[in-house]
Amino acid sequence: MSKPPLIEIRDLKKTYRLGDVDVHALRGVNLSVADGEFLAIVGHSGSGKSTLFNILGGLTPATSGTIHLGGEDLLAMSDSDRTRMRRGTVGFVFQKYNLLPTLNAQDNIALAQELAGRNNMNEPWFKEILESLGLAHRLTHKPRAMSGGEQQRVAIARALINRPKILLADEPTGNLDTENSVAVLDILRKLNKQYGQTILMITHNPEAADFADRKVRMKDGHVLEPAGDIIEG
Amino acid sequence: MTNKLVLENLKHRPIRTILVVFAIAIQVNLMLTLVGMSYGMLNDFQKRSRGVGADIIVRPPNTSVLSMSAPSMKEAMVGYLREQPHIKSALGTTVHAMEGFLNSATGIDLKQFQAFSGGFTYKQGGPWTKNNELIVDEYYATQRKLSAGSTIKLLNRDWIVSGVVETGKMSRIFMPLDILQDLTGNTGKYSQLYLRVDDPKNADAIVEQLKSLPALKEFPIYSMESFTSLISIDNAPGLRPFLNVIVGLSVVVGFLVVFLSLYTAVLERTREIGILKSLGATPMFIIVLLFRETIALSIVGSIVGVLLSYATQWLIATLVPASLQMQIVYEWWPISMLVAIFASLVGALYPGFKAAKQDAIEALAYE
Repeated sequence: MSKPPLIEIRDLKKTYRLGDVDVHALRGVNLSVADGEFLAIVGHSGSGKSTLFNILGGLTPATSGTIHLGGEDLLAMSDSDRTRMRRGTVGFVFQKYNLLPTLNAQDNIALAQELAGRNNMNEPWFKEILESLGLAHRLTHKPRAMSGGEQQRVAIARALINRPKILLADEPTGNLDTENSVAVLDILRKLNKQYGQTILMITHNPEAADFADRKVRMKDGHVLEPAGDIIEG
Repeated sequence: MTNKLVLENLKHRPIRTILVVFAIAIQVNLMLTLVGMSYGMLNDFQKRSRGVGADIIVRPPNTSVLSMSAPSMKEAMVGYLREQPHIKSALGTTVHAMEGFLNSATGIDLKQFQAFSGGFTYKQGGPWTKNNELIVDEYYATQRKLSAGSTIKLLNRDWIVSGVVETGKMSRIFMPLDILQDLTGNTGKYSQLYLRVDDPKNADAIVEQLKSLPALKEFPIYSMESFTSLISIDNAPGLRPFLNVIVGLSVVVGFLVVFLSLYTAVLERTREIGILKSLGATPMFIIVLLFRETIALSIVGSIVGVLLSYATQWLIATLVPASLQMQIVYEWWPISMLVAIFASLVGALYPGFKAAKQDAIEALAYE
């Protein structure tokens, strides 16, 4: 019997109101992601990628449909359940790094673990990750003293400190030059291969998407898999 | 880590932090200064009253400990009181309110005063010899830059300072009794009578004995001990409501300062709040974070406020030692700190809830 997917999305819809207009951001998304998979979601602006990312990360509720994430029904979750989920089940990596500017790298990471009530900072596996991210000597620096690539690596470390089931990366190389982009994508691939980390990465960049095991395209609030056809729910 | 975040947030905008601390310090200092002045002036009045060396004090009918009234006790009363059992001596004075609260000119008969309380210790000059001379105490002389031989205009006439005396006896300005009575239209009338008794331990019993005399029925009579104990905030007319108004104003000032500061801080930190939410911070965590920041600002502000109150005390003692006396009232330190914390927390409520309610996605998109 095959293992159930880690993420199971069926007929997911999201409509939000912008002024007097209803915007249908997701119009029935169907998607399955296996445990340990590295999936790239590509698509143009307005295709619904970020909305899907926000719903999966528990930052906003969906309008209808179903999402099962590690066996939990995301749509049945209350606000506080989704807040709890953000502490441990998902880890975010954003395009703009989103580190707290007042804290140094180590404290940015430590705050995430404190919010989750965990203490993984000194665990060997995490030290290994820090080592592989090349951050060991930069931990006492504040974000403003770091390059974009370094900040993004700190953001990756922060996203991983609570051992999330899924790493959600939203345009993780969008603000980086080619060299740093490749470095970050290499790190993501290594995390996926070496530690079996499930990763969902949103990107505009087809070259970045090539680092993933599988690519899906989003268009007009639908997921097209693998290339052109709309998957009907 | 939360405390570190609070500290780092405060360090991140040092000017704003310093300004808020300073504003809270001013608020605390305002409270401590006005309370300290109220206590200080009453205390000073107490000390000067005790300095006369009397055991019993008799005031005109319908007056209270701290209320002034026109001199209405006739000269004959002094002689009458002297004749009562256990009374060793009696001294009549006329007090005329001059400037500021509790500051007055006192008319005395120098010879009688000398006999009654041992007289003055002169720092400069000596007793008056003419009708246009007066004596001032050191505080008044310092404040008005007077010395023996200086002239000063009081009660619409020019006076020459004949002597500057040590502070602590009765008043700050002394004038010849009969002259002051004539000038104020109270010829032969006293506003305060001081008595010395044969045994000060029996002062209370003697007070009761005097009160039982039909001639003294309407006169408030106090032993010096009970008179000075009645010189308190609650007995000073209007002082308690005044202090309540000051505390109320402090709350409003503290509220406004912290409200404005945190409101702008929350706007400025919109993105950070979004980040915290994406990491799983609850609305309560964000409110508590701002509250901790507020409490830290209030505590530091209060400490600076206490230190400022010493600076204010020094300024008052240097610039206006005769008009105002400021005491450091330790029991008001925690009160003023709690008032500052309370006002700040009220000021932090709305910005706190605004931050907690912020939409995570919008906050993360905030530039």
